[in-house]
Amino acid sequence: MATTVATDTFQRRRLSQGTRHTINGLIFASPWIVGLLAFWIYPTLASAYYSFTKYNGVRNPSWTGIANYIELFSKDEEFLAAVYNTVYFAVVSIPLAIIFAFGLALMLNAKIRAQVVYRTIYFLPTLVPEVALALVWVFIFTPHSGLIAAPFRAFGFRGPCWLTCAEWARPTLVLLALWIIGQQIILYLAGLQDVPQDLYDAADVDGANIFSKFRNVTVPILTPVIFFHLVTSVIGALNFFAIPYIMTGGTGFPANSTLFYSIYLYKNAFHYLEMGYASAMAWLLFMFTLIVTLFIWRSARLWVFYAGGEE
Amino acid sequence: MAVESSQLPPTLADDHSRRLMVKRLKSMVRSVLIHTGLIPAAFVFLLPFLWMLSTSLKPDVQFYSYPPVLIPSPLQWSNFPDAVTYITFFLYMRNTLTIAVLATVGVLISSSLVAYSLARIPWPGRNVLFILTLATLMLPFQVTMIPLFIVFKNFGWVNSWLPLIVPHWFGGALYIFLLRQFFMTIPMELSEAARIDGASEFKIYFSILLPLSKPALATVAIFEFIARWRDYIGPLIYLSDQELYTLSLGIYEYQSQYGAEWGLLMAASVMITLPIILLFFFLQKTFVQGIALTGIKG
Repeated sequence: MATTVATDTFQRRRLSQGTRHTINGLIFASPWIVGLLAFWIYPTLASAYYSFTKYNGVRNPSWTGIANYIELFSKDEEFLAAVYNTVYFAVVSIPLAIIFAFGLALMLNAKIRAQVVYRTIYFLPTLVPEVALALVWVFIFTPHSGLIAAPFRAFGFRGPCWLTCAEWARPTLVLLALWIIGQQIILYLAGLQDVPQDLYDAADVDGANIFSKFRNVTVPILTPVIFFHLVTSVIGALNFFAIPYIMTGGTGFPANSTLFYSIYLYKNAFHYLEMGYASAMAWLLFMFTLIVTLFIWRSARLWVFYAGGEE
Repeated sequence: MAVESSQLPPTLADDHSRRLMVKRLKSMVRSVLIHTGLIPAAFVFLLPFLWMLSTSLKPDVQFYSYPPVLIPSPLQWSNFPDAVTYITFFLYMRNTLTIAVLATVGVLISSSLVAYSLARIPWPGRNVLFILTLATLMLPFQVTMIPLFIVFKNFGWVNSWLPLIVPHWFGGALYIFLLRQFFMTIPMELSEAARIDGASEFKIYFSILLPLSKPALATVAIFEFIARWRDYIGPLIYLSDQELYTLSLGIYEYQSQYGAEWGLLMAASVMITLPIILLFFFLQKTFVQGIALTGIKG
């Protein structure tokens, strides 16, 4: 008897608790449910609609079908330049960033003195506000008279023209982007510190040398970090905006070589008030980001190693 | 295993100490090699900040001197007081601080509430909401940028701080994710026991979960504060009145048609950067854990 009553009240409690949980869950999540609708879902749909219109942000948008998309690919040379610069930047800077961040983390992970000091120093450029960083780089990379010219002058060379000529501006920006890998170094370092020591011990027993240990133990264990770095830096590289914009005021000088996708999009939206055209650019970027990210996710099965198959 | 070498026959003892010496030598060579890699790298990473600092203490004539001067003499300290009067530096700093603090408080409150809902309350829609949250991380900001601008324009919020603050009071996807992961590690039994005692969800959130999550909350606070302190594109889009400018817009005023006031500009840059560096220095552990935490989503 007593047990039946107990189960009864227990079940009644559980039922009402289920409803209570739903109500509480919704209340606690309500800021984000509103935020998601207002700041993410509505703008995304609106942007899709604008992309098929001519819209200056003041008058009502007028439907033009796929005209924006056609114009982007057929007539707009600046757009093509922006695509080229952005893809160039992503393709060159991302692998280099992975190599440098991984390499520095490896060296830091060796039990050495002053590890924390090095880590702090490597992180420093990541903390400097982009405006200050961009301007100090312009100053350092002034051809013939900036700090960067000093070693060239010492040997009697003129040195490259860095940010002031089209053929050097792109590689210079890649070089500058390699300064801001502090977060990635910390990620790799955290990953390295998680590598179980017994894996190395087992490799030692098998007589593995340092290179095969690196290839067969360290790299596989770190592939999830590389994966994470790859996905986030693709998104980051495609959104590259502040630094080149500050350096050039968004002019793309010299000869459109620093005109990145985000800059051209921003200029269309807020300088030329071509909001529909800029929205079409934003959606193309979105689709491209999605395809590349999905491709990386799909490829993950082939090369990313998850210990214990978790997550 | 620990055999005193004196107890061993002489040849063995020799062998032992020789092996020990080789081992020590090897590790010494290794650490020297590693430092020869790390030190130049450290110099390269320090360079922008060092040069900023050095230029901030230089008189005009030394900016482009060859060979370059790292430590100017005499030190031109006057660049610092000049920098804060050349532009309305403290006004911009107060503006930046106001926006950063209000946004940080908002994002902390809202994100922790939402994360609590996702991690600690079993309700039917929470997985869908969580997946949507992660999906927004993939969305380039350019997609929402234009419609949001239109919305805020219709609200009459353009050229005010509201677009830079209010959205943060509705939660940030990355922080919701981060806090959810952290809340999940706290034993559910704590919540269940409190529920049996009749505690409300808000009480559990406020007096059990939050006090146990201080490190994660600190991480969110620092990340958001620094992100807002450094923000460039937000103020660029929304602020046009000079009195509303943040530091990242105001700093342009050191540049004129005659060129830049490099000494003043760099002095201002040092003053903008220093607070963040100090924050990082004192809260280094929180930082490092926070960054590692963002990476575990794999």
